[in-house]
Amino acid sequence: MSETNAVSSSKESRAVRENLHPGNWEYVQIAVVLAIITGAEVMVYYQEAVRSLIVPILLILSACKFTLVAMFFMHLKFDNRIFSIFFSGPLVLAFAVMMAVLSLFHRVLLGA
Amino acid sequence: MAEASLAGHLEAHEPETTTGLNHRKVLMWIFLGSECLFFGSLISTYLIYRNRSLVGPFPQDTFDIPYTSVSSFVLLMSSLTMVLALAAAHRRNLAQMRLWLLTTALLGTVFIGGQVYEFTSFVNHGLSLSKNLFGTTFFVLTGFHGAHVTVGVIIMLSLVFNSWRGGIKEGETLGIEIAGLYWHFVDVVWIVIFTVVYLLPY
Repeated sequence: MSETNAVSSSKESRAVRENLHPGNWEYVQIAVVLAIITGAEVMVYYQEAVRSLIVPILLILSACKFTLVAMFFMHLKFDNRIFSIFFSGPLVLAFAVMMAVLSLFHRVLLGA
Repeated sequence: MAEASLAGHLEAHEPETTTGLNHRKVLMWIFLGSECLFFGSLISTYLIYRNRSLVGPFPQDTFDIPYTSVSSFVLLMSSLTMVLALAAAHRRNLAQMRLWLLTTALLGTVFIGGQVYEFTSFVNHGLSLSKNLFGTTFFVLTGFHGAHVTVGVIIMLSLVFNSWRGGIKEGETLGIEIAGLYWHFVDVVWIVIFTVVYLLPY
């Protein structure tokens, strides 16, 4: 009985969350921001003045775009937190493995 | 009242689970998690062998940044049309949902067409899968991404075809939502590839 209530209340809370999803206009605004960030990335690529900072700038802009799509278009901001864990867990693991492998190969290839 | 009605509607279409989470959606998120590791390994391989090709052509000889930027813009906008399709499905507007799904498939096809053109021009520059380390890692990474986009386009067209046949009823949004998750994931992978492969200086 309590299990049925839990399921029913979960469905109701999901219904409430779906009502909290952004509307079409908000989605268009997010897409405009994504397009502006993409334009900024390309501008930075051609700017000689910021050449020394180009790597961190591009990585930050890319991370902003990634976060916007994941949070709003994939609805992670509004959905159950367990989905965020399912996605961010392997993402962090992939990043950690990437850093470890890059560090290892950098040493091996440079003979350090 | 509206909330209760929507909850009742969801109850009618989705089987109850002990966790309260739909199993198909959980499965898709776990699949996307595994895809993070898959693309993470391909991107790592590309980065390990970056700037280590002994013979050309090299990235700076072949990349056309304005062209790829337009392709990236097209894929980003396809994420917008995908989310608009889901919003239309939530509003029970099947006609609009089909229109946005077809637009998403069209934008995906434009992206794939652009990638085919890009690959062809690279081959004309003398770059191939076995020419050098850049060619091998670049074609494998972007080729797998292109294959994912192609699968996404097929899924979109299947959804439209299925809804025309009456397979998707008004208010049944889960299939669209799951297809959307896959499509947005393909988009976020491209966001990373565009920066790491094309824009970071060589």
